[in-house]
Amino acid sequence: MDRLSHARSELQEMDALAAADSPVHRLHPLCKLLLTMLYIVTVVSFPKYDFSGLVIMVLYPVLLFQAAGIPVGLCFYRLRIVLPLVCAVGLANPFLDPTPLTRLGTMVITGGVVSMATLMLKGVFSLMASFLLIATTPIDTLCAALRKIHIPGILVTLLLLTYRYIGVMLEQVSVMTEAYRLRAPGQKGIHSSAWGSFLGQLLLRSMDRAEELYHSMLLRGFQGEFYYADMPNCRASSVIFMLFGAAAVLFARLVPVVSLLGSLFVR
Amino acid sequence: MHMADALLAPAVATTMYAATAVTTGASIKALKKDDNMEKLPTMAVASALVFAGQMINYTIPGTGSSGHLCGGMMLSALLGPQAGFLSMVVILAIQCLFFADGGLLALGANCWNMAFYGCFIGYCFLWRPIVGSRLFGRMGAKGAARARIVLASVLGCVITLQMGAFSVVLETAVSGISELPLGVFAGIMQPIHLAIGLVEGLITSAVLLFVYEARPELLMDVDPSAAGRGRCSLKTTLIILAVAVAIVGGALSLFASSDPDGLEWSMFGNAESGYSANMGLDEEDYGVSSGAAEVAGSIQEKTAFLPDYAFADSDGAAGTTVSGLVGSAIVAGVAVVICMAGGFFRKRKRDS
Repeated sequence: MDRLSHARSELQEMDALAAADSPVHRLHPLCKLLLTMLYIVTVVSFPKYDFSGLVIMVLYPVLLFQAAGIPVGLCFYRLRIVLPLVCAVGLANPFLDPTPLTRLGTMVITGGVVSMATLMLKGVFSLMASFLLIATTPIDTLCAALRKIHIPGILVTLLLLTYRYIGVMLEQVSVMTEAYRLRAPGQKGIHSSAWGSFLGQLLLRSMDRAEELYHSMLLRGFQGEFYYADMPNCRASSVIFMLFGAAAVLFARLVPVVSLLGSLFVR
Repeated sequence: MHMADALLAPAVATTMYAATAVTTGASIKALKKDDNMEKLPTMAVASALVFAGQMINYTIPGTGSSGHLCGGMMLSALLGPQAGFLSMVVILAIQCLFFADGGLLALGANCWNMAFYGCFIGYCFLWRPIVGSRLFGRMGAKGAARARIVLASVLGCVITLQMGAFSVVLETAVSGISELPLGVFAGIMQPIHLAIGLVEGLITSAVLLFVYEARPELLMDVDPSAAGRGRCSLKTTLIILAVAVAIVGGALSLFASSDPDGLEWSMFGNAESGYSANMGLDEEDYGVSSGAAEVAGSIQEKTAFLPDYAFADSDGAAGTTVSGLVGSAIVAGVAVVICMAGGFFRKRKRDS
C-alpha cells in the first residue's frame, strides 16, 4: 500500500530531522512556535498586489533552514505533493482580473498575474515556515511548549498519545491491507462485503488494548498528565532571538525594503 | 476540505480559532466533570485509527471508484460528542503539522468546518434522536436498531458535510473580495459534498454496524440488549441502504435542478469523482482510482476559492515597479547565496 508506507516513512523522517542538533533546534520551542505564527500572519497580511514587498520574507525561512543545517531542497522535496495544490490556489486570477497594472518591455502585466504570483508565494512561505518548525522541534518538546501556554493538559496528552499511536496503527493497517490484497488479487480497494469488518476488527482490538494500556499507565503513576522532564529551560538567547525575529518580520512588513533596495541601483 | 493558510484573512482565521477554542474548552470541561480520564487512551487509539483508516480505499460496488471513512460521525458515535471533537482536533493538528494538510493559521477554521459539525450537530441532532427513537419498529428489535444506525450515519455524514462545505464558502467570502459570487461558489461546493457525504456515510455505517454486531455496548445511545436477539439478514440491511440512498438521491436531484448552470455542471462532472473529501491525508491518490482526475479535482477545489486574501484595505499599491523588480532580484540572489553557503559549510562539516 503505497500511501500507507509513504505516510509511515514521512513520520519517521520528520522524527529523525527533529532529533538533530543545531542552534535552531536548541531554541526554546515556545519561542519558535510564537515566531512561526507571527511570520505566517505577517506573510498572509501582505496586500494582494505587493509582490515585491513580499519577496523579502523569503529570507526568514532560508536563513533558518541554513542555521538548522537542513537543505531548503529537502523541504520542497518533502512537500512536493502539497506544493502544487498550494500554488494552484491563484490559477484563476489572471482570467478574472485583467486590469493592466504595469508593463515590462512590450508585455503588459495584468493585476491578475501579479496577485496570482503573490498568492503562490504566500502559500509557499507559510508552508516553509511550518515545515521548519516541525523539522527542528521534537513532538514532546512542542507539546511541553503547548502546556506552557496553558493549552489544556487533556488536549496535549491526547495529541502526544495519538501521534505515538499513528505509527502503530499505520503498520497494523498496512499489514492488514497487504494480507487482503494477497487474498484478493486484482481487486482494487476493499470489497463492500468487508467494509465493516475490516476496520471494525482493528477498532475493537485496539480499544481493548487501549484499556490495558491505561491500566499500565495508572500503575506507573499517571494522574491525567504527563510530566515533561526534557523541557529545555527558556534561555535569554531564545527570547532575544524571538524578539529580534519578530522585529525583523514586522520591519519587513512595514518598510518597503525591496523597493528601497532596488532604487539604490535604479534611479 | 482542508483550507490553506493563504486562503484566509488573518481576522477570519483568528475568529475561527476563537470559536474552536471555546468549543474545545467546553468539551474539556464536560469531560473533566464526568471524570472521564480513562477515556484518554481510548480516544487516542480511536483517533489514530481514524487517521490510518482514512488511507484505506473502499471499493464502491458497480463503479470504479472508492470512498473513505467519515471521521467525525464515527468518533462521536463511539466516544460521545465532546471526546469525539477533541480527537478530531488532534487529528487535524497532526495532519496540519506533519503532512502540511491545511495551514497552521487555518487550523481553527478547519477544526470548525470538519470537527464541530460532524461531532456536535451530527451527534446531538441526528445520531442521538434517530438511534434513540422507535423508527423502523416493525422490523424487530435488532433489525430496527441496525436500520437506525445506518440512517443516522448516512444522514449525519451528508448533512454535516454540507454544513462544513457551506462554512468554507462563507469563510472564503468573508476573507476577501471574492470575484466569484457566493451563490456560484456554493453551487459548486454543495453538490460535490453531497456525493462525498453519501459514500462516507455508507462506509461509516458499515463499520458501526460491525461494532454493533460484535460489541454493542461500545456505541453511544444504542440499547445493547436487542443486539443478541434475532437475526437481521443481509437483505434487510440492503433494503435500508437502498431507502437511505433514495432519500439522499432525491435531495441531490432537487438541489441540482434548482441550480442548473452549465459551468457548474461541467465542473461538477469532473470534480465529483475526484474531489478530495473530508480529512484526506495526501491528495495523491485520494478518493478515486484515477490519479489525474484526483489532481484535477483538488485543483478545482483550490481554484474555486478565487482567493484575494489580503486585508480588506489592501488593494492598490501595485508593487511591480522597476525598482521593486530589481530589489526582488537582489533578495532572490541573496537567498540563493545563503543556500549555497549553507550547503558549503555542511559539506565541510561532513568531510572533517
